[in-house]
This record gives sequence, structure tokens and C-alpha cells, in this order.
Amino acid sequence: MPYQLLRFALSSKHPEARMFREPARLADTYDAVIIGAGGHGLAAAYYLARDHGMTRVAVLERGYIGGGNTGRNTTIIRSNYLTPEGVAFYDESVRLWQDLAQDFDLNLFYATRGHFTLAHTDASVRTMRWRAEVNKHLGVNSELVGPEAVKEACPQIDLSCGGHAPILGALYHAPGSIARHDAVAWGYGRGADQRGVEIHQRTEVTGIDVQGGKVRGVQTSKGYISTPRVLSAVAGFTPRVTHMVGLRTPIYIHPLQAMVTEPQKPWLDPILVSGSLHVYVSQSARGELVMGASLDPYELHATRSTLDFVEGLAAHMLDMFPFLSNARINRQWAGMADMTPDFAPIMGTTPVEGFYLDSGWGTWGFKATPVCGKTMAHTVATGRNHDLIQSFNLSRFERYELTGEKGAASVGH
Amino acid sequence: MKLLTCPVNGTRPVSEFVYGGEVRPMPDPAGCTDVEWADYVFNRSGIPGVKIEWWYHSASGTWFHAERDVATDRVLRTWMPGEAPVAYTK
Ligand SMILES: Cc1cc2nc3c(=O)[nH]c(=O)nc-3n(C[C@H](O)[C@H](O)[C@H](O)COP(=O)(O)OP(=O)(O)OC[C@H]3O[C@@H](n4cnc5c(N)ncnc54)[C@H](O)[C@@H]3O)c2cc1C
Repeated sequence: MPYQLLRFALSSKHPEARMFREPARLADTYDAVIIGAGGHGLAAAYYLARDHGMTRVAVLERGYIGGGNTGRNTTIIRSNYLTPEGVAFYDESVRLWQDLAQDFDLNLFYATRGHFTLAHTDASVRTMRWRAEVNKHLGVNSELVGPEAVKEACPQIDLSCGGHAPILGALYHAPGSIARHDAVAWGYGRGADQRGVEIHQRTEVTGIDVQGGKVRGVQTSKGYISTPRVLSAVAGFTPRVTHMVGLRTPIYIHPLQAMVTEPQKPWLDPILVSGSLHVYVSQSARGELVMGASLDPYELHATRSTLDFVEGLAAHMLDMFPFLSNARINRQWAGMADMTPDFAPIMGTTPVEGFYLDSGWGTWGFKATPVCGKTMAHTVATGRNHDLIQSFNLSRFERYELTGEKGAASVGH
Repeated sequence: MKLLTCPVNGTRPVSEFVYGGEVRPMPDPAGCTDVEWADYVFNRSGIPGVKIEWWYHSASGTWFHAERDVATDRVLRTWMPGEAPVAYTK
């Protein structure tokens, strides 16, 4: 054991300052309360403090920092979406990611790997060509490539996929990336904490006090706090929180599962996605193959995982990579995805004055963490929806103005 | 839930079934407002609890009702639409 470590074992002083303070108790009142210390809630707190000078802010978390979908996701970051509003939004997020590590002074292991969406049928080649053209038109780096480009980027792949799902081409998105999810939550949390925001873990919001259509405060497991502004950034818990203020939304909860292999030598550089085989996979900095599939098929408010999922996903992985038949699965887990009918989020103001939503992020919200924080901070601070989120308002449903993002998310990531 | 009891075909693996969503009353499309119709089309009761749902046994083409706790994934009973619910055995 290095001597340095031994020294700290004997001393009562911790070698490094803690990432965050543990405030002893809640104050009676805050300028804003953020429910949920996932990446989104912490990012909103960070930008509220940094860009809007609002520091009398409490982030309340029923469990621990980053313990929700932020810590359970497969960390794929891309912007090859389909609608102008979607592309503008995700592109801004990809831009914000670039200097976050500097901002936080923390290694986010942000790795630009390139992202292939594989096409196994003529119909999906057509869809990829359409997506590539729409993307290019909107200024996104995206192109249709042939199977040889897939083979070149990933020589280990069986292009015939076991003979029954040959790869005919792919949509290639060079900026596609992965990052270390925990560090994102920690970085935003530390940045907010250093600016005076309080993060209260193991503090659950149990009710929201609304009087005359306005937010007055929140009831928590540690007592009542008064506040005129509440931001709900609770992903899979959103329906429970909107229920507290009597709002109806289209959000429904299905589990999304994922799994990793034991660490392997680095061999897979790009991120590969196959809608037909219901697989997406990348290799983490630690060497694990990180894999996911489609949503679980029915409503469930739990994070249980199933053997069906491992069997199904492993079978499809073997279609693509027969040599992995001896690889072992190390872990599997699930998160609760907050799904919407048009595969776009529900963000911004609501009919309840002072109650703001950052929700409906389902299976694809990790990549949007920075831009959600930024736009929600603006919205909470000014009371007006940020331009980039206008088309994501809850009111779009009663106006029948859904977004057209559905085609861009065949498997969840 | 790994098994589900189809009221016609008995207890089968859940992989034979398709989820059809919660049973919800439909407002009269001719009489309701656009906003009421949008509420029916889009909004859901997303909170956990015991719900009555549509399920489909795909092998036999049977649609039926199940009462299920969507937090614990326990099915309480299943029955054919229009028939009296029977106590769930499995
Ligand atoms: C398996 C899986 C894979 C995914 N893969 C990708 C991917 O590759 N790329 C991508 O972009 N996205 C992906 N996603 C989606 C992404 O993880 C989420 O959209 C995103 O992380 C949501 O972040 P959040 O901060 O809003 O929510 P969360 O991280 O879930 O944070 C919400 C927090 O709120 C807390 N909370 C809830 N209720 C209360 C309450 N009443 N009081 C106090 N606290 C409360 C919870 O404990 C939780 O910590 C994936 C999701 C899953 C489950």
C-alpha cells in the first residue's frame, strides 16, 4: 500500500475535500426548490446559480445523488434527431458538453466514438437515407454509409448477422459520444454546491402546497419549506409529482434495462445501434461492453431486472459478434423511463404558476443534461420558457401539436 | 410477473401476451370538446396503483381484462370483458 494512503488511514483528516457539503437541515424558505438530484436537477441548480445568480436554492433528493436514471443510463450522446426543434436542442447540448470537464475540473471521460445506426433491410436503408438528408439539411454531421464502412470501423462484426439479418448500410453520425454518467451528476452537484446551492439527499418531497393556482411550498419527509418556485426533474417519478399538483400528463412509466460484460481489452471503438436486432452497444473506458435494448413491454414502477432481457439481448449480440459466446455478463439493472407519445420531452411552464416540469425524458435524456439544465434555469429564473423548449410545453397535447421525433428513437438511447 | 392466466386458455408464460394499456372510459366524440378529447387520447394515469388493463393472448387472439398492481407487478385477477371477474388463482 502506498505510504500516502497509510498516512490517511491513521489521520482523522480526509485526504480531499468532499464533493459536496451535507447541509445539517432544511431552511424554512428558498427562492426555488428543485425536486430530484439527477443530472437534470443538478444542472438546473448549477446554471441557476452561475448564470442567474440564484443561490437560495435547495435540491431535494429522496435517495442519493445520481441514483436515478442518471446513474443507470448507457450514456450515448448524439444529435441526429429528426425535427428542426429537436436538432437545434440536442446540437446545443452536444456543444455544451465540450467544455464541461474544464468547467468542473473533473474528468468526464467524454469520448467521441462515432455512432452507427445499422440498417438490415431495404426499408431501413431508405429510412437512414431520409434521416441523413434531413440531418444534413439541419446542419448535423450525418451520412449514409455502406457495410464496408461498418466493417472498417469494427472489423469484428459479422456483417451477415448470423445470416438472417445482413447489414446493408448504416447511418453514421461522427459526433456520437459516450461519457461517464456519475461524473456528470457529481460535477454539476459540486459546481452548484460551491456556489451556495444546498443539496439535501435522503429528503423526499411528499406534497406540493398550491394555493390559488400558485405554488407556495413543498412538504418533505424532513418538514415543510415555503418557496414560490418548484422544478420537478424526477424522470420516472414524474407522474407521482404531477399528481401532487393535480396535473394530468401523457407520461407513462415503463422500465428500461441494461447490462454490461466483464471488462475486456479495448476492441470496440464506435457505438453501434441496431433497431431490427434491438441492440445498442459501446465499450466503456473500463472495458465493459455496455448494452441495452428496447423498453420493457408494459407499465411498471419498479427497477427489477429480468432474465428474459439478458437472454434476448445476448442472443442478438451473438448475431453481431459470434466470438463473444464466452463473454460473461457482469451486471444488469433497470431504470424507470418516463415516456411520452411523441418521443419528445415535456418541459417548461405548466398551468400551475411556479411549477415547472423537466420530464418525459424517457430513454434518451442523458445527452440532454446540460441543455436541460441551462434552459430550465432560464425558465425558472424568468418565469418564461426558453426559446429552445417552446415546442416541448405540456400544452402541445391539447392543441394536438405533437413533435415528429418518434422515428429517431427506435431503440432507447 | 412471469405467468399470466388467460381466462380462456389458462396460465401461460407472459411472453405469449401483449399489453394493451389501461381500460379507460371514452367520452362521446360527437359531444365532447377538443380539450376533453385530447385528454382522452393523450393523458394517462401514470401513477402506481392497482389498475384494470387490457391484455391480449397472442397465440389465441383473446383480448381480456387483468387487474394488476403496477408497482409490484402482481396480477389480482383476470376475466373476459363483460363477464364477472373471477378470483385469480396463480
Ligand atoms: C437503462 C437506461 C439506459 C439509458 N440510456 C440512455 C442513453 O444511452 N443516452 C441518453 O441520452 N439517455 C439514456 N437514458 C435516459 C436517461 O438516463 C434519462 O433521461 C436521464 O438520465 C434523466 O435524468 P434526470 O436527472 O432527469 O433523472 P434521474 O437521474 O432519474 O433523477 C431523478 C431523481 O429524482 C429523485 N426523486 C424522485 N422523486 C422524488 C421525490 N418525490 N422527492 C425527492 N427526490 C425524488 C430520484 O430519486 C432521482 O434520483 C437511459 C435510461 C435508462 C433507464
